[in-house]
Amino acid sequence: MVAHRTTPASRARRYAALLGALAVLLLVTPLTAGGASAEEDAPTTMTVAVAQTPDSLSPFLGQRLITTNIYRLIYEHLTAYDQATNEPIGAIAESWEFSDDGLTWTYHLREDLTWSDDQPLTADDVVWTFTTMMEDEGAATANGNFVENFESVTAPDEHTVVIELSQPQATMLALDVPILPRHIWENVEDYGAFHNDTEFPIVGSGPFILTEYEPEQFIRLEANPDYWRERETEGFDEIVFRFYTEQDAMVEALRTGEVSLLTLPLTPAQAASLEGEPNIAINNATGKRFFGFTINPGAQTVDGEEFGDGHPALRDQEVRTAIMHAIDRDALVERVEGGFAEAAHGYIPSRYDDYHWEPTDEQRIDYDPELANQILDEAGYETGDDGVRVSPDGDRMALRIHVHADRPNYVQTADFLAQWLGEIGIEAEVLPVAEVGDALTAGEYDLIFTGWNVNPDPDYVLAIHRCDALPREEGGSMQSDAYFCDEEYDELYERQAAETDPAARAETVRQMQEILYESAVVNVLSYPNAVEAYRSDQIASIQVQPDPGGNIWGQDGHWSFWSAQPAAPRPEGAGNSPLLWIGVGAAVVVAAGLGVLLWRRRSSATADDRE
Amino acid sequence: MAQETTTRPPAPADARGGGFGGTGRYLAGRLASAAASLLAVIVSAFFLFRVLPGDPVRAMTHGRAVSREQLEALRAEYGLDQPLWRQFADYLFGMLSGDFGTSYQYRVPVTELIAQRLAPTLLLVGTATLIAAALGLWLGTRAAWYRGGVGDRVNTGVALTLWSVPTFWLGLLLIVVFASGAGPLPSGLFPTGGMISPQAPDGIGAALDVLHHMVLPVTTFVAVVYAQYLMVMRSSLLDEMGSDYLVTARAKGLRDDLVRRRHAVRNALLPTVTLIFVNLGQVVAGTILVETVFSWPGLGSLFYEALGVPDLPMVQAMFVFFSASVILMNLIADLLYPLLDPRVGR
Repeated sequence: MVAHRTTPASRARRYAALLGALAVLLLVTPLTAGGASAEEDAPTTMTVAVAQTPDSLSPFLGQRLITTNIYRLIYEHLTAYDQATNEPIGAIAESWEFSDDGLTWTYHLREDLTWSDDQPLTADDVVWTFTTMMEDEGAATANGNFVENFESVTAPDEHTVVIELSQPQATMLALDVPILPRHIWENVEDYGAFHNDTEFPIVGSGPFILTEYEPEQFIRLEANPDYWRERETEGFDEIVFRFYTEQDAMVEALRTGEVSLLTLPLTPAQAASLEGEPNIAINNATGKRFFGFTINPGAQTVDGEEFGDGHPALRDQEVRTAIMHAIDRDALVERVEGGFAEAAHGYIPSRYDDYHWEPTDEQRIDYDPELANQILDEAGYETGDDGVRVSPDGDRMALRIHVHADRPNYVQTADFLAQWLGEIGIEAEVLPVAEVGDALTAGEYDLIFTGWNVNPDPDYVLAIHRCDALPREEGGSMQSDAYFCDEEYDELYERQAAETDPAARAETVRQMQEILYESAVVNVLSYPNAVEAYRSDQIASIQVQPDPGGNIWGQDGHWSFWSAQPAAPRPEGAGNSPLLWIGVGAAVVVAAGLGVLLWRRRSSATADDRE
Repeated sequence: MAQETTTRPPAPADARGGGFGGTGRYLAGRLASAAASLLAVIVSAFFLFRVLPGDPVRAMTHGRAVSREQLEALRAEYGLDQPLWRQFADYLFGMLSGDFGTSYQYRVPVTELIAQRLAPTLLLVGTATLIAAALGLWLGTRAAWYRGGVGDRVNTGVALTLWSVPTFWLGLLLIVVFASGAGPLPSGLFPTGGMISPQAPDGIGAALDVLHHMVLPVTTFVAVVYAQYLMVMRSSLLDEMGSDYLVTARAKGLRDDLVRRRHAVRNALLPTVTLIFVNLGQVVAGTILVETVFSWPGLGSLFYEALGVPDLPMVQAMFVFFSASVILMNLIADLLYPLLDPRVGR
């Protein structure tokens, strides 16, 4: 019945031999692996930790921020944005002019441009890219909005492109459309299904060439030696984007030096934990975002049909103004954002100083609870027995605040708001929800949080408050973010869209913000800073946009990656140290396991003897 | 991840009759109930995820300049403008004909994405499950055999403590200690996340690189789940330990060690087998938390990401896929059971 008898002691010896062999293996192999890579002349690499993975490598389809940022690195656009001032500058187009009615735009292209496979980049490629987007639904997926007003795109000669518009369009120097190589792309069958991820390197025209893509792992870009733009000194040989699904793990990766740059805006707690660490630099950039909330002025369709269940008193501009007088923006910045934000009134962030608007002293709706109470008293909102006001129509002033449940700082802000509203006799209930959009489309909210990234060209964030952005039918698709509708605002919107003089356009844009501010429907609280961190022992210098005070990640252009300077290489052999330590660590673990095992064997042997 | 597990062995309800007919009936019954479960899963997947808050079109276009026409075109493309019964009919017909739909976010067939992410998940969770099962069985056996002793109390205590630790927290803790380096530990012992490093060499170096990335996630997973194997093994072995046949075995003069291995453990393994198969079924579902904290490119993190949108075709297909694998593994366990325990299915 029993084939052979093994004593515990002999078995322990066998385990020991096995584990010992394993330990030696673990110790030795990583060292040889590390040694092999150190022999090569290592390229300088900037490793960037990103939280998103690309949705598609096809510029016709990709819409995520990570994706559009990578397009900026591998494809040239018609025009670019200046690294210091954000103003439109030449890229593929060297110069441009437009007709008096703003309907005909002529771009003169650079003559010496080539694709990374040495084919010339000409007007033909530009015409093909735009025309395909106009004619093919699949190709219009990501950027169709840019060509909606295009009548025709033609090339009178190899280096000239003429675009005819059906109506004036303000974004003609902000066409964020990567120009694609016709000779590669025209054979694609279905632009709605082609992801540009079958052949590497990807033929492009930007300062980097995408050479390797490991889905969900990393993307490797290598410097394009033939890129046309001049720079003083050479930068990094390659940029590697690594994907992380956990923010705190990302911060640790920076701490270990596994990554050189974090792209996520850090939370105040994370920033504080990194501050003062050796070899880590913090860039506290002015934000591109505005953060605030909107007050339901009464949800309605384009045809004026009302729906939803917003509190009726909120249709009264005086009540909305009183609410805004109850809010202390400075306290929010200090206590919720840890100082990493700028208290704000105007709609467009201050980093865009040409479009940014500040209220005058008379216009300012500042923190003044007494004034708020006075406004409500005078408007006939009497305080009831429970300390809550009642509107002249008899509605109790109890409001809901819808807030993104997954954003702690939003929820905290909402809690402050509720407390301040209580001080002016308005009862507020904070409702953290997974999806504020559902309440917005249904019009079933009173106060609701919002925030947008603002592009250098503000057209879109202005467009979402036109009457025309309202839904066609109850609960239907809409662009609107607040059910705001104002005729004067709409007229100004049309005027700025058609205005080709930048200064005059900026003036109109500021007037629009004034209307928004006074109506107190769309209320900005702050411009959150983008707090970024990088390894100063890997990146010696990196360009911010705008300069000074700007951000590194999410720039309008490729400046940060193109101009970054690698730090002096670490001493030879230093790169091996993690691998060496793995071996040592593994050996320690195995040895410990061995010890435990032997000890257990012994104790069990004694136990056996006892029985 | 704390998984809900059923340790109930299949009821020997159809243990009547005998011979081939009985086994045949047993098999047919199991197969029919598996098919019925799968159908129920397919139907419920559709309605389950329609209840999720959020609008995929809005989520995917948020923060981007899109016109109303584009929004409506997207809605039409996804079929979200159709009445619900129509969407359901399309979905059901698609599922039954093997068409799992196209991901909203990635615009590729869902099956392609699942195939891409399956291997990393199988590697991580499969390895971890095997280690956890082996460790749990071994420690559980010892704990039961030396019940009440110091070893039993320490083992059970440690296992239950780790079982109650939040996976996410444990994962981050391991990263801070073994990747960033705490105290005397150097920084960079193990990577902070991912499955391969961009600088990985080829061949054996690449395999070692993956192994290196696996250490922390596997450790986290094993630490959290091995307790369930330990506890099940411990309690079923305790049940056996009072049995007469053990007295007989000892009376034959067998060493204690052999009594345990050849007699007690074999019989105690039966309920544990069910547990292992149930868990193997869940291997494909991965472990959302471990995969997320370690940026592991598996199905768990894919599912988590898809839920946020919600990417309906993706979550529906994955839900059905995960359920199907659990149903399949249960079926295999049911079919194996008569072989392991001749009392069942006869």
